[in-house]
This record gives sequence, structure tokens and C-alpha cells, in this order.
Amino acid sequence: MITTQRTGSGASLSPRSPTSQQQPFLSVSVTDPVKLGNGVQAYISYRVITKTNLPDYQGSEKIVIRRYSDFVWLRDRLFEKYKGIFIPPLPEKSAVEKFRFSAEFIEMRRQALDIFVNRIASHHELQQSDDLRIFLTADEEVMERARVQETGIFKRKPADLMQIFKDVQSKVSDVVLGKDKPVEETNSEYEKLRHYIFELENHLAEAQKHAYRLVKRHRELGQSLSDFGKAAKLLAACEADSLGKAFSDLGNGAEMLSFKLEKEAHHLLMNFEEPLKDYVRAVQSIKGTIAERANAFGQQCELAETMRLKEINLDKLMLIRSDKVGEAEIEYKELKAESEEATRRYETIVKLMNEEIVRFQEQKTLDMGIAFHEFAKGQANLANNIADAWRSLLPKLEACSSS
Amino acid sequence: MMAYENPFEDAHLQIPKEEMESIVLNETEAKANPTREESPLSSNQNPNPNYSDTSFLDPPSYADVVFSPQSIESNGHNSTISRSTSSSTSEFLKISVTNPVKEQEMSSSLVPGGTTYVTYLITSITNIPEYGGTEFMVRRRFKDVVTLADRLSENFRGFFVPVRPDKNVVESQMMKNEDFIDQRRAELEKYLCRLANHPVIKKSEELRVFLQVQGKLPLVKSTDVASRMLDGAAKLPKQLFGESTAGVIDPNEVLQPAKGGRDLLRIFKELKQSVTNDWSGWRPPVIEEDKEFLENKDKLQDLEQQLSNMSQQAESLVKAQQDIGETMGELGLALVKLTKFETEEAMYESQQVRANDMRNVATAAVKASRLYRELNSQTVKHLDKLHDYLGMMLAVNTAFSDRSSALLTVQTLSTELSSLHSKIEKLEIASSKIFGGDRSRLRKIEELKETISITEDAKAVAEREYERIKENNRNELERLEKEKYDDFVGMLKGFVINQVGYAEKMAGVWEKIAEETSGYAKDGS
Repeated sequence: MITTQRTGSGASLSPRSPTSQQQPFLSVSVTDPVKLGNGVQAYISYRVITKTNLPDYQGSEKIVIRRYSDFVWLRDRLFEKYKGIFIPPLPEKSAVEKFRFSAEFIEMRRQALDIFVNRIASHHELQQSDDLRIFLTADEEVMERARVQETGIFKRKPADLMQIFKDVQSKVSDVVLGKDKPVEETNSEYEKLRHYIFELENHLAEAQKHAYRLVKRHRELGQSLSDFGKAAKLLAACEADSLGKAFSDLGNGAEMLSFKLEKEAHHLLMNFEEPLKDYVRAVQSIKGTIAERANAFGQQCELAETMRLKEINLDKLMLIRSDKVGEAEIEYKELKAESEEATRRYETIVKLMNEEIVRFQEQKTLDMGIAFHEFAKGQANLANNIADAWRSLLPKLEACSSS
Repeated sequence: MMAYENPFEDAHLQIPKEEMESIVLNETEAKANPTREESPLSSNQNPNPNYSDTSFLDPPSYADVVFSPQSIESNGHNSTISRSTSSSTSEFLKISVTNPVKEQEMSSSLVPGGTTYVTYLITSITNIPEYGGTEFMVRRRFKDVVTLADRLSENFRGFFVPVRPDKNVVESQMMKNEDFIDQRRAELEKYLCRLANHPVIKKSEELRVFLQVQGKLPLVKSTDVASRMLDGAAKLPKQLFGESTAGVIDPNEVLQPAKGGRDLLRIFKELKQSVTNDWSGWRPPVIEEDKEFLENKDKLQDLEQQLSNMSQQAESLVKAQQDIGETMGELGLALVKLTKFETEEAMYESQQVRANDMRNVATAAVKASRLYRELNSQTVKHLDKLHDYLGMMLAVNTAFSDRSSALLTVQTLSTELSSLHSKIEKLEIASSKIFGGDRSRLRKIEELKETISITEDAKAVAEREYERIKENNRNELERLEKEKYDDFVGMLKGFVINQVGYAEKMAGVWEKIAEETSGYAKDGS
């Protein structure tokens, strides 16, 4: 079994990876973001370090430089080739220009990209992909060529696929079947899954929104504590002796806690909000796969129907002993092959999806479990820091009132 | 892992629906009762085992202190912090203002259809002997309060007399607003309680009469500036052109500053004097005590500035605490919905487990949110002391300006006297040149000597008043220092204990969740 790790800082080997050559392993880390280029053309490049003993990867360690659009290329290629599998999600392109190069944003993105690649590397099917190998090992020039070539044709995203799906549906229903209703699978369990995924995205997005706000609130509280502390220290100068000292201590305590709050805000962002965001993205990715499945289903229906019509036609021709029979037979055979191919493709997707959904649920339970743990740990730490900081003031205050 | 056919078979994984509702229910309850002050532990009306608080029962001492009934009880301005000045501790005067009622004014005004005004029920409980009773109830309107405040500021010059709530210019409009009425009620209560806490004012005739006498308030009504000016203007010609004695200042009147009175001539004289003072740089003889006074004045100005600053920052802090609590609550609710959804739609055991974890986190977040809200309402009460003292600075400024205006009156009279003396001198010289004396001049000299005599009396009164006010200032400053020390120490203690108590509680809530989810941790932390 291939081992994997979720790295936060680009450490290399997973603790469970054995040193013996027999166990195959593939571990990747995305590190060292560096800003390159100037002005509007500026971008961030990352170092991608691969450690492996897989035969296809010549050598045990490889380091390459990659940028965000390279990761997009990889995701798109995998999405094309491995229909039915939930391709791990990518972090979004940044909308706001000034935010693009902030330290925090860069770190969030780096972490997300690292998780992305590692998920691919630990998926039993995806890890065997040539595209992955190219991504992890090819020279920068080769990579750039590949990326530029593909962006034109394969610039498809899940959202676009939904549109194509809708188009296919309407075409099929209007032309071939002559009905107005779109062709949809009637499998009730699958319908349940579809409904679940669509609803889930909404609920998750809301939770993530509040998580993000909570991060902001921590920062705001930190800021106001800092200001409060400063004001207390100024007031201390107006008061005599022990009272002045008390205000001064209060001020120092508040300033120190402001610092702790800032730290917790960051911790909350990276270890709770980001995993939630990742969860949302994963669900969106699944919607893409659902669209692919619908697409395949539609094609299968269309071809089956066309084949049926062709069959009827052929029988007719055979009956009237037309000389077009030969031609028609060849056509029919070709169509049949296509139809079977489409059916096979569809069924593969169904089978893969069934496996994927189980894996997904399990993985998410683990991911969220860790996220919850970090959240709770962070909050507990913060609360204890707060309690300790204020508690240390009390003996002096007690002394004040008795004097 | 096989998908479960019937996910709700397994009893221990079952999440009863009412539990979910109850989390939401408690939240909405809490929202409806923002001033609910009992301990968050005891607020647990839900017999749900998953709510078990046993793991953070009875936290260390500070949390106990914070959550004990007395400290949480409405710490309005009725409960005074016990002061060490012995006589005042045993004597108390508790006042509450309630029950606003709209009443109709029997219209004597030009506005057709009488105006309405609001009266408040004022209940006092006391053991001060001068009151001759223990419990009193009267109805008063805001105008009565203004009258009371004005009489107090006249009769207690040099004291730090608490400042009354603002009038509101567009009063009739404001009266229609429920919130305004309640806000005013609260302000009146605060004001009267401050008066009741002042060691001298609490025994004053003015306050007693205000609190006790039924029906119309038997205090001299304040008149507005306009009518005073009109009265003064009527008197002025007599002062300037009439009998010479009409321009003399009445010894009794020197007890009040010129500004608020009807004697326009006096106002002009004192104004002239103050200008003289400024221009000539003439200052009263610098006594040791005055230097001290000036130092105190500077210190208090500094204090006022810093108090204002800290009061502002305290407000921001309270807002930030409120915000974080709210957002934590919203996060909790979002997780509750997510949990409910996941539970209903669960097809795999892993979903059940996740829903279970999420539910615990959601519950913790909602609890934390409630704790923040309570923390905050306590914080407001403690830090409000800053605001109170800021208000007190106004009273201090008034007391200091009482002193200044009394001094100005003394100086004006001194100047008057010296000019009278020099007039007499001039007349004597002129008269001595005329053989046999000058009858008219001699008569004038007599009149002036009479004026001097009256003016000297007035000056003596004014000087006594000035000394009296200085003494009041001195005593009040001492009292302020002592009370401020006690109050601020109390405030700091209260604030800090509060923070510690709630932080301990929150740590407990989150530690429990961290414990429950520790299985997921990579490094077993």
C-alpha cells in the first residue's frame, strides 16, 4: 500500500514509510514559494520534491519548479482521463489582486497544493498516471510546452461540464427520443447521492463562511485588546503607586494576549478554516464527476437508441432484399461496437464512483476529525493563556485592596 | 466498509432529533433573554446525556466567584462599594426609578391641545434619620429633576455634584419613542443613585424634599436665561442712572456667581475684572495652597483625558468580545444544521461518526458563544466605572469653576473698593481747595463712604464664601482620591476575575472536545 502524508510545512518522508526497497512509495512535497517575474506578469513558483522507489520514475529523488497553472494542467488531464474518480480539488485562482502576494495567501495556497499532489500520489489509480509522472519529473521547458498546448483544448472545468451536460441532455431529448424530459438515471440510490452532494455543498459553504469570520474576529479582538492595553498604560501614569502599577500590569497583560490571539487566528485559519474550504472544493469536484457520469449516461442512451433505429432499418432493408443491406450491416456493426463502448465507459464510471464515494466519506471523516481536534486544541490553549495571564494579576490586586 | 441498509438501527449512534432541536432551542432562548444571569451550568434545562457538564463542574475558585449569585446580581448603582469612611457605610439610601407614565399637561401654553409629558415613579428606601421614615414613593417628571439639579448646583458650590442627564431639545418628539423613555429612566436612576451616594448631598434638604414630598415639587423653579436677561435689563437703567446705591452689589447676592443672575451690571463688572486680570497679569497672592490646587487641576485634566481614551478602548473591547461570541454561535448553528443533514442522509458509517464528532463541536461552539455573551455583559458592568468617573470629571470642573467665579467676585469687589477710595480721595482734595468746604462734594463723599461700607460687607461675605468653596474643593478632592482608588481597584479586580472565570470555563469546554477527538491527532497531542 502506498503511504502518504498531509504535510503542512513540506517535510519529506511519512513516518510510516519503510526504508526497505520492496515497499513501493511515492511521497511529494510542495515547498519554497518564490515570487518571479515583474508587474502584471509576476507569479509564484514552487519547488516540488519527489521521493520514490517506483521503477517508472528514474531515480529516487527529483526536484522540479512548478507554478500554479502547471497544477491546473495536471488536474485537467486527470479529470479527462480518469472519469469516475473524484479528482482532488485545487485552491482557487485569487480574485483580489493585492491579496495575491500576501504571505498568508501564499502559505494557504502552498499548503493546499501540497495536499493536492499528495492525494493524487496516494490514490491507487491516479498515482500510476503518466501525467503525474510528467508533472513530477519533467524539465521546466517540457512542462511549459505541455501546459501551453493543453490550455486551449482542455480548458474545461466542472462548471463548464455542467453546461455541456445540459446541452447534451436537451439534444438527446429533442432529436433522438422526441420527448421533452431530459434523460436522467432513475437509480434511487444514485439520486439520493446526487441530492446529498448538492445539498452538502450549501451547508459546508455556510460553515466555512462562519469559520472564516471567526478568524477575523480573533484578529479584531486581538487588536482591541492591544489598544485597550495601551490606554491602560497611559492611565497608569496618572495614578499613584500601587493603582498605577495595577493599570500598568493590566495593560501589559492585554498586550500580551493580543499577540496570542493573533497566533490563534492564524492557527484557526490554517487548521480549521482551510480544511473546511478544502471540503467544499472536494464536493464541487464531485459535482464535476457527476456531470461526467450524466454525460456518459446520455451518450450511452443516445447510441443505444440510434442502434435500435439502425436495427429496425436493417431488418426493413433485409426484408425488401435491398442492395443497401451490406452497407447497412457494416454501419450497424460499427454502431453496435460504439454503443457497447459507451455502455462500458458508463459502467466503469459507475463502478469507480461507488468505490470513490466510500473512500471519500472515510477520508472526510478523518480530515474533519483532525480539523475539529485542532480547532478544539487551539481554543483550549487560547482560553488557558487568557486565564493564566489575568490570574497572574490577582495577587497584586489583592494587595492593593488590603493596603 | 459496507453501506448501512438502515443507518438508524444502531442505538448508540442514534442522534435523537429533539437533541438537535434543543441545542437550537436553548440558543434561541438565550437570545430572547439577553440579561439572563444564572450560571451557564444551571441553565441546563436539557436532560440530555450528551450535554453532560460533569467534566467541568466546579472549576477552580475564580470561576466560583464569578458565578456566585451575589456578584452576578445586577450591579447597578444601588449597591455601593463599601467605603471606609465609617458614617456613610451604615447609612444607606436606595433609589429606583420605574413605571414611566404619559400624562397630559393642562395647557397654559400657546400650543393648542395640551402637551404630554412623562412621569416616573421614584421609590426610596433609607435609614437616614433626617428622612424620618424608611420608604417613600413619589411621581416626578424630568423638569423636576432639572430643578433639583439646579438648586443643588447653587447650594453646593465647590462640591463635586453629580451631573444630571441631558435634556433633549426636541423633547415632544422624543417622548414618543419607547427606547428613549426607557433610556431616560435608566439615566435618572443612575443620577439619583449617585446623589444618594454623595455623603453630603444624600442628607440635603433638596434631595429629601424631592424624594418625599407628594404632589408638586416644593423647590424654587429654575428660570431660563431669556427671562433672567429680561429682568436684568429692566433693572439696568436704574443701576446706571438712578440712585448711586442702586448700583451697589447686594451682600447676599455675592453668594451666587454673577453669570446666572439677573444683575446685568454685576455681570459687566466681573467681566471687566476678569479681562483686567488677564491683561494685567494680576493674580491673587500665590499661597502655598493655591499651587497645590493648580497642580491638582492639571493632574485631573490629564486624568480626564486618559479616562476618556480608556473608556473608548473599553467600548471597542466590548464590541469585539460581542462579535466573536456571535460568530462562534453562528458557526455552531451552521455545524448543527450540517450535523442534522449528515445524519439524515447518512449512507455510510463513516458519515455517522463524522456527524457525531461534528455535533459535539457544534454544541461546544454554542456553549462558548453563550459564555462570551455572559462574559461581555459582566465586562460592561465593570468597565462602566471608567465612564462613571469620566462623568464625575464634569462635576469636578464645575466645582473648580465655582471656585474661580467666587474668586472673581472677591477681586471685583476689591477693585470696586479701591476705585471708591480713590474717588473719595479726589473729592477730598478738590473740596479742600474751596474755602469753607464744598457742600455738594462733602455730601457726595458721605454717600461714597456709605457705599464703601456696604461694599466692604459684601466683600467680607464674598471672601467667606470663597474660603468655604475652597474648603469644599479640598474635602471633595480627598474624597475623590479615596473613592477613585477603591473603585478602580474594585473595577480591575472585577474585570480580571471575570476574565479568568470565563476563560477557565471555556478551556474546559474545548478541552473536552480535544480529548474526544484526540484519536485523530497524528502526534497523539
